[in-house]
Amino acid sequence: MAQVVVEDLRKTYRVAAREPGAWGAIRGLARRRWREIEALAGASFAIGSGELVGFIGPNGAGKSTTIKILSGILRPSAGACEVDGLVPWRDRIRHVARIGVVFGQRTQLWWDLPVIDGFDLLRDIYRVDPARYRRTRDELVGLMRLEPLLDQPVRQLSLGQRMRCEIAAAMLHEPRLLFLDEPTIGLDAPAKLAVRELVGTLNRERGVTVVLTTHDMQDIEALARRVIVIGKGVILADQPLDVFRAGVLAERRVVADFAGEAPRIAISGVEERARDGRSLELAFDPARIAAPALIAAIAANHPLEDIRVVHPQIEEVIARFYDLHGAGEA
Amino acid sequence: MLRPYLAILSARFQLVLQYRAAALAGFATQCWWGGMKVLIFSAFYAGARGLAPMSFAHTVSYTWLGQAFLMFLPWYVDPEVADMVRTGAVAYERLRPVDGWAWWYARALAWTAARVVPRAALMFAMAAVFMPLVGLGRWGLRLPPDGLGAILFCAAILAAALLSASMTVILNVVAAASLTDRGANAIAAPIAIVFSGSLVPLAFFPHALTPFMRLQPFAGLMDTPFRVWNGELVGAAAVGAIALQLAWVLILAVLGRRAVEAVMGRIQVQGG
Repeated sequence: MAQVVVEDLRKTYRVAAREPGAWGAIRGLARRRWREIEALAGASFAIGSGELVGFIGPNGAGKSTTIKILSGILRPSAGACEVDGLVPWRDRIRHVARIGVVFGQRTQLWWDLPVIDGFDLLRDIYRVDPARYRRTRDELVGLMRLEPLLDQPVRQLSLGQRMRCEIAAAMLHEPRLLFLDEPTIGLDAPAKLAVRELVGTLNRERGVTVVLTTHDMQDIEALARRVIVIGKGVILADQPLDVFRAGVLAERRVVADFAGEAPRIAISGVEERARDGRSLELAFDPARIAAPALIAAIAANHPLEDIRVVHPQIEEVIARFYDLHGAGEA
Repeated sequence: MLRPYLAILSARFQLVLQYRAAALAGFATQCWWGGMKVLIFSAFYAGARGLAPMSFAHTVSYTWLGQAFLMFLPWYVDPEVADMVRTGAVAYERLRPVDGWAWWYARALAWTAARVVPRAALMFAMAAVFMPLVGLGRWGLRLPPDGLGAILFCAAILAAALLSASMTVILNVVAAASLTDRGANAIAAPIAIVFSGSLVPLAFFPHALTPFMRLQPFAGLMDTPFRVWNGELVGAAAVGAIALQLAWVLILAVLGRRAVEAVMGRIQVQGG
C-alpha cells in the first residue's frame, strides 16, 4: 500500500515585486506590487512503504517545496496529500511525530549541547519510552560509529561528523519515513560514502522509506532504485533509474587508449565525444552498431592499448533530460 | 503531556545559567544604576518631603528590587527565535511534535528565569545583606514586614515570570511575522520600562492615571510584586493583584497562541 500519496499538489508563493532603482523603491512604499510564483503546478505521485526514491530537479524546480509540504511545514495552495493516512499540515503534530527529516543545510541538534544531551532532549520531545530509546540510540550509535562524538558539543563537530549525528537524531523516534534534503551537501568524499552507506542500511535493514533530494547524482546512483524528476513545478519523469537512463540517453560509450596519437574514427552511428592525447571517447547507438562490432572495427585499423565500454555519467543523463524538457533553471 | 516542554525548559535554563560573565556584567551595571537612582531619590525626598506618594524606604526597596528583577522586562525577542527568523530556520520549528506556542513559551520562561536567578541572588546579597552590614542600611533593601508578605511576594514574583514569558512569545510572533526582530526590539523595551515601574514606581505617575497604570499588564512585571514586598498590598488586596497578574498571563497566552498558529501557518520559506 502506498505510504505517501500526492495528488495534483499546487503551491503558489506571493512575493513583493520591486522595480529596480531608487525610484522603484520609493514607489514600492506607496503601492506594493505582488508577483505570483508557481512553485508547484500540479504534482502527483505515490511512494510505497520501504521504497528509496530519489527526488531530483534543478534549483527552483519545486523539490524543496514538495518536501516541505510532505513534512508538514508548508500548506499547499491546492491539491491533496496524505502520508500514512494523515494530512501533513492538518494533523501536523501527529504527523511530524512519525517522520524523520534531515536538511543538509540546517541542524536540528543544539549547537551548544553535547550530542548525547541533544539526543536525550529529542527523546523527551518525541515522548519516546526510555528503555526503547536506549535500545534505538545504542543501535544507531553503533551503526554510525558515533561513540567518540557523543560528549562533544555540536559546534565542535566537522560537517561529516555532524551529518552522521543528524541522521541518527532523525531516527531516534523510529520513524517509518525519512526525508533527506541534500544530506551530502558540502561533505568530502569519505563522508559522502559513509552517509550513503548509512542511508542504504536504514532502508534495507530497517525498512525505512526514504525520500532523498539531492544535486549529487552519485547519491542517486548509489541509492535510488526509482527517480522522480521534477521541473517547473510538474513531475517530468517517475521511473526506475535504469529505465530513466535508457530512455533519456540510449547511447553507450567506448573509451579507447591508443599506442600513439588518438586517430579519427569515421564509422556511421559513432560520434567522437572527447579526446585527450592518446585517449578517445566515442559515443555509439547500440541499436545501429553492436559494441563487439565497433571494437573489432577500431582494433582492425588502429593500434589499441586498452578499451572499455561505459554508461554515460548520470550527471550527463540528467543534464540532457533537463535540456530536452527545457527544465533548466530559468 | 508536558514532557517535551519541561525538557526544553530545563535544558535551556541550564544552558543560559552558564553565561556567568553576562550575569556578572549585568549585576555590575545594575548596581551602578541602582546606586544612581537611590541617590536621585534621596535628593528628591530631601526637597519634596510630604509630596512623595511612597516612603523613602519603600522607594529605595522598590528600586533595588527593580534592579534585581530587571530581566523580567521583555527587552527583546528571544535571541534563539530571532536567529531562526533571520536564517529561515523558524519554519523547521514546525517539525517538532509540539504545540508551537507552548514550545516558545517554555523556552522564554527558561531564558528569563536563568537570567533573573543569578542577578537577583547577587543583588539581594548586595542590597539586603552587604549594605546594612557596612552601615548603608538606609539606602539598602528592607525585608518584607512579615512572613505572609514574603510568601505572597514569592507568588507574585512567580506570576511575574509567567507574565514576562508570555510577553516574550508575543515579541517572537511579531518578529516571525515581520521577518526581523528589530521592530519588536525597538518598541518593547521603552514601553516595558515605563509601564512596569522600572523607570519610576507607578505610584509616581499622576493620580488620574493610577487606575489605568495598575490594570495594564506591565504593572504585573514589577509594580505588583514590589508593592507586595513593601507591604503596601496585603491580604485580599495582594491576592487580588496576583489574580490580575494571572489573568493577564491567560489573556496573553490565548492571544499569543492564536497569533503563533496564524503566523506559522502562513510562513513561507523561500529558496533553500
